[in-house]
Amino acid sequence: MKMTLRRREMVLGILFISPWIIGVLIFFFLNLFQSAIFSFNNLHIDQTYGGYSLEWVGLSHFNFILFEHGTYIRQLAESVFQMLINVPLIIFFSLFMAILLNRAFLGRGLVRAIFFLPVVMATSAIEGSLQLIMGMMMGGVSSVPDEVMRAQQGFDAQSIAMMLSQFGMPMLIIEYIIEMIARLHDVIRASGVQILIFLAALQAIPPSMYEVAQIEGATGYEGFWKITIPMVSPLILTNVVYTIVDTFAQSEVVATSRDMAFTTVYMGDGVHGIAFGQGSAMALLSSLAACVVLLVVGWVISKYVFYYN
Amino acid sequence: MIRTLISSPSFNNTVQKWVGKTKDFILGICMAIIIVGVCYIILSPIFGIVSRAVMTPEDVINPLIFLIPQNFTLANINYAIIYMTYWRSLAETLLFAGAFSLLHVVICSMVGYGFARFKFPGSNAIFAIVIVTIVVPVHSYMVPLFLNFQFFLGTTINLLDTWWALGLLTATGVGLRSGLYIYIFRQFFRGLPKEIEEAAFIDGAGAFYTYVKVMIPNAVPAIVTVLLFAFVWHYNDTFYTSLLMPNNRLLSNRLMGLGNNFSAGEFVFSPLLIQMVVFAGVLLAIIPILSIYLFLQRYFVEGLERSGIVG
Repeated sequence: MKMTLRRREMVLGILFISPWIIGVLIFFFLNLFQSAIFSFNNLHIDQTYGGYSLEWVGLSHFNFILFEHGTYIRQLAESVFQMLINVPLIIFFSLFMAILLNRAFLGRGLVRAIFFLPVVMATSAIEGSLQLIMGMMMGGVSSVPDEVMRAQQGFDAQSIAMMLSQFGMPMLIIEYIIEMIARLHDVIRASGVQILIFLAALQAIPPSMYEVAQIEGATGYEGFWKITIPMVSPLILTNVVYTIVDTFAQSEVVATSRDMAFTTVYMGDGVHGIAFGQGSAMALLSSLAACVVLLVVGWVISKYVFYYN
Repeated sequence: MIRTLISSPSFNNTVQKWVGKTKDFILGICMAIIIVGVCYIILSPIFGIVSRAVMTPEDVINPLIFLIPQNFTLANINYAIIYMTYWRSLAETLLFAGAFSLLHVVICSMVGYGFARFKFPGSNAIFAIVIVTIVVPVHSYMVPLFLNFQFFLGTTINLLDTWWALGLLTATGVGLRSGLYIYIFRQFFRGLPKEIEEAAFIDGAGAFYTYVKVMIPNAVPAIVTVLLFAFVWHYNDTFYTSLLMPNNRLLSNRLMGLGNNFSAGEFVFSPLLIQMVVFAGVLLAIIPILSIYLFLQRYFVEGLERSGIVG
């Protein structure tokens, strides 16, 4: 068969991506669609012949998780709120660290290796143990109740907060600072990939830009705001998206939806079963919340992104 | 006289030099403090786990002992090895992570090449779907995923607890972070000069032959990056494995059950003692991945920088 060059290119391209097309249709879109269907239905598993049957219940699952379930709404709000606090912290911290690491100093390779270590060890299987041992090692704000901490370390957050407020700092900022210190461990552990991405972005800035600015009389401070920030701004967007996806995957509300979807419960009429429908509804609702946050934040940031080329 | 001294250019220069030096010195100290502090926060859990894993119970209770144990013991590590069936689980985990990361490389490089080099109607719109698969959380469709593998194709064929379930996902490019790997490969292939392929085409090579013989050898940095990341993420993953293989014997799963198994097997109920064995288990679980990282650290860090995520 004779084909034009364009046609041949098209067929070949589709051939190359065909495994992914199959996967995304069968395992992604179909599952997403089914997940939406399940959240409006009760599922009855047929153990003998396989498969399941659906029973339409309308919005009652959503009604249940929004108005009857004890903790879901609170956890959802908290997860989104935590995400909104953590994401700017992680971005600031990783940009700051990347700028530090971009300077030449002794043992830079070693420090870079250490900074990336948390990514290698990030697994929920050891997360709990790590938190525990961290409390032991730091005896710090993040892990130990106030009284115990004061007894052990002679350091208490309360007095620092008092001091700051006597300086006339607004309570909101003081709370944010204390939260920040309390989260230090989490923030550092969550910013390995982001630091590397920023580092690569910083190294891609041509040094001649800074030289020109210096000759024209710009200070380092101006150079940072007028050169560094615009040049890394596309990567700020990438990092924000990555951080939101990553933080959300580890949030509390995801764990709750998992528990709901895969734990056997009493379903009434002497039947025990798994509340797949309610689990689906929970998972879908929380994902929707995450996607909304992602879209809004992404949209706002993309307005300020500067593309060099 | 003082006025003439101050206004003289040589004095001015000396002052400026000293101010600059002092500034650099103070800045250097601040930097050192910050970097050492952050490194301590990252490394201290590892030190803590190592020290707890080799302590005797007496040392743990003794408040005078911090980090350096007085009585060294391997008992905790022995218990952890027994109750995690460590060697078997380790072999299985390494095989599992290795096989799946290889599969990721094969499939995602192919798809990435397709997106990078062939123009077809709507190819950019289709590529946007790859980004969507990265961004949409997996857990939003975990229930159908689970059920569709339990009753594969609507029959009683149960693919749960086999490697097939995750294997099918990976082989079709929607497995654990597949979208990211496709993205990395696409960016990398787009960065390669077109001439090398055109030369092969003119010499009469088919598209697939060109891909295997010309493009793959040129994509080693991207392949190494994806291989390492896929390996680490599969090694650490608990979401997919506990969803699709609930009774798996992989290391991360055995580690989560270690506390309970030890408690039930040895009739030990003191949380302190259980904790020590769990720490020993954590140590055993991170040693393989940590040693891989130590040897290949350069490739992890540089790979991410060069793989084309940036720019």
